[in-house]
Amino acid sequence: MFDLTLISRLQFAFTISFHIIFPAFSISMALFICIMEANWLRTKDIIYLKICKFWNKIFALTFGMGVVSGIVMEFQLGTNWGGFASSVGGVLGALFTYEVMTAFFVEAGFLGIMIFGWDKVGARLHFFATLCVSLGTTLSAFWILCANTWMQHPVAYQQIHDRFFTTSWVTILSNPLLMPRFIHMMLASYISGALVISSVCAFYLIKKQHQLFSKKCFSFVWMCLLILLPIQILIGDVTGIKVLEYQPLKTAAMEGIWESGPGQPLRLLAIPSQQQQKNSFELEIPKLASLINTHDLNGYMIGLKSVPPKDQPHMLPVFYSFRIMVGIGLLLLLMAIIALYLRIRGQLFDNPWFLKLCVISSPLGFIALWCGWITAEIGRQPWIVYNLIRTVDAGADISAYHVVTCFVLIIIVYAVVFGYFYFYYLNKILVNGPELDVTDALSEPFSYMHPDNGDKHQ
Amino acid sequence: MNNLAIVWAGIIAFIIIMYIILDGFDLGIGIISILFDSSHDRDLMVTTIAPVWDGNQTWLVFAGAALYGAFPLAFGMIMPSIYTPIIIMIVALIFRGVSFEFRLKSGKSKKMWEISFFVGSLIATVVQGIILGTFLQGFNNITTMHLKNHLAWLNLFNIATSFLLISSYILLGSNWLIYKTVNSLQSKCYKISTAIQYPLGFLLIVLSLWTPFLNDRIYERWFKSEDFVYLLFLPIGAVMFWIGHWHALRQKLELAPFLTSIGIFILCYIGFLISLFPYIVPGKLTFMDAAANTSTLKFMLIGFCIIIPFLLLHTFNAYYLFKGKVTEKLGY
Repeated sequence: MFDLTLISRLQFAFTISFHIIFPAFSISMALFICIMEANWLRTKDIIYLKICKFWNKIFALTFGMGVVSGIVMEFQLGTNWGGFASSVGGVLGALFTYEVMTAFFVEAGFLGIMIFGWDKVGARLHFFATLCVSLGTTLSAFWILCANTWMQHPVAYQQIHDRFFTTSWVTILSNPLLMPRFIHMMLASYISGALVISSVCAFYLIKKQHQLFSKKCFSFVWMCLLILLPIQILIGDVTGIKVLEYQPLKTAAMEGIWESGPGQPLRLLAIPSQQQQKNSFELEIPKLASLINTHDLNGYMIGLKSVPPKDQPHMLPVFYSFRIMVGIGLLLLLMAIIALYLRIRGQLFDNPWFLKLCVISSPLGFIALWCGWITAEIGRQPWIVYNLIRTVDAGADISAYHVVTCFVLIIIVYAVVFGYFYFYYLNKILVNGPELDVTDALSEPFSYMHPDNGDKHQ
Repeated sequence: MNNLAIVWAGIIAFIIIMYIILDGFDLGIGIISILFDSSHDRDLMVTTIAPVWDGNQTWLVFAGAALYGAFPLAFGMIMPSIYTPIIIMIVALIFRGVSFEFRLKSGKSKKMWEISFFVGSLIATVVQGIILGTFLQGFNNITTMHLKNHLAWLNLFNIATSFLLISSYILLGSNWLIYKTVNSLQSKCYKISTAIQYPLGFLLIVLSLWTPFLNDRIYERWFKSEDFVYLLFLPIGAVMFWIGHWHALRQKLELAPFLTSIGIFILCYIGFLISLFPYIVPGKLTFMDAAANTSTLKFMLIGFCIIIPFLLLHTFNAYYLFKGKVTEKLGY
């Protein structure tokens, strides 16, 4: 009745799409708070403390969502992908164990201090706690990217019957695809978070609220974005070259190439048809795809038709998600340049249309991040571990009845909890704003933080 | 290879008992929170665990990851077999977890998140009881039956183990609150602990006698073993801890009830492990057969040995920083 693999894939895609927002946001938030807290320690300027405490609330809320939605990810790997777990658990499970040991426990151990410990510990120890939480989020991303990169490009594997083990952990940790992808992901997280900060501050600036606070944050994130975006585009290029080297079929799907050949044009738009094995419409710039991917005008690139259809990824979602990601990247770079221009002219904080643009651009980072992952994951199909295990063979022996029922339950719960209430309370924090009397807060900690406080402002 | 597999079986057993004790009192507090009328009392109860619950729950994630890495075959076999319970448990843990965050920020809807905190904790506990029952009964019935009978996991024995876990977690949570709170909140917890220890004792006796008759394997392990005399120490020890617990409550001691209740659960847990040994998927797969290769087990063990001291240290540190009686609520 149901295609079990398809439902499991949809379930995984659904849960991970929700989940990824929270850790990505947490990664950037933790680093941002860390930098601001360092400024507070260095300058003793009370505005930095105010910034820390405000974003700390948002971090706490977001991190909590990441924790609970992350448990789903872990157990789902067994419940829905039991065959996959049995065959590659010996490799991936060890990486996840390291993630728990080096990241989750560090985060959990210091999170209480970071969130509740402002008056329990000294300023330096508190900064150390924030630093550890930030480090924890980074390490967590590293181990996950490490596991995912092995699925994209399995190195140093050894097959015993239908189970896979590794011959060298060093090789797995030095997977040639790992570092570019890890840096690409970290920068994507930073950029996504920076855009949210920019959006919130731009909103306050338009409303003429919390001026000093907003200017500090707004100025800082656009300076960061100006630096991060060109690096991100460069790293994206490096990643693209590595993907072409190790997963040329994925590149073919990204660039809309069916027929192998030299000097491939860049297809700006196309309507790929998997059945006909060609694009029914193309808008192209000659030779540009070869130039971008191989850094040579006449570089040779293989097309999807070089393998039988059963080994091809589905071109349409890969082609368009890749274009949306790149498009957003370029758009953001343009915005960063505009911000620089406005800054030189001294108009960064009061150009109304740029501020409005910033307000609506808050989800752009996350959209690009989603699209990047869609490109990477659908581009890997039909394999779950590239060229080793097919996705259709990786499922568990379960009844479709259970899977469908649970999937419906998950959709409802996610929509209510993460889709509605997370944003509802996030909005509540934002509406209340960073308006707290910091001197009072220092003398009488937590007095301003009472849960009921939120309602007085309504 | 065999030695490493035994070591990892031991480590995972340790991780699971850490989870049962640490998140046990979190979940227990969630369950008894419904018994307190005053919102201020509930704020204090949540404050006693707010800085540490995340770390406590991480032991569950740790158990999953370690099982995945060290015994991939077991992970791949167990999880699909208990598909629905696992998903329900995770969803319940979502509600429990977000309630911590949301109740701090909500106004009129605070009541809703307090109910969600209670329901999430209760359901997570019930499902963990069902999983415990499934492990004792063996997977033979469940895996084949769940395709035909969707509610096979909902049988009388599993209901009994669910009640066992509910009363265990209530006792842990209530004893934790005795240790962390004062005055009326504390005296109410004394009453709860005193009341719940009797059904807990009764359920432990019933299930201890019931379990050996579930299948021959467990019966022979307990009653036909040469070590029968040594095994007797477990129930005797548990009874003594129970009496110590009963006495500590009468004496109005503050930390002793918590510690003695942990004693009871550790001994029961050892009994459970003895019933299971050497299987990791009862009746189907021993942990030797389920283990990953030497390279993986070694790689994981090296990390574990280096990291575990730090891990225990800063877990302890987190408790130490927030030590002492909780008299006012905590927020951010």
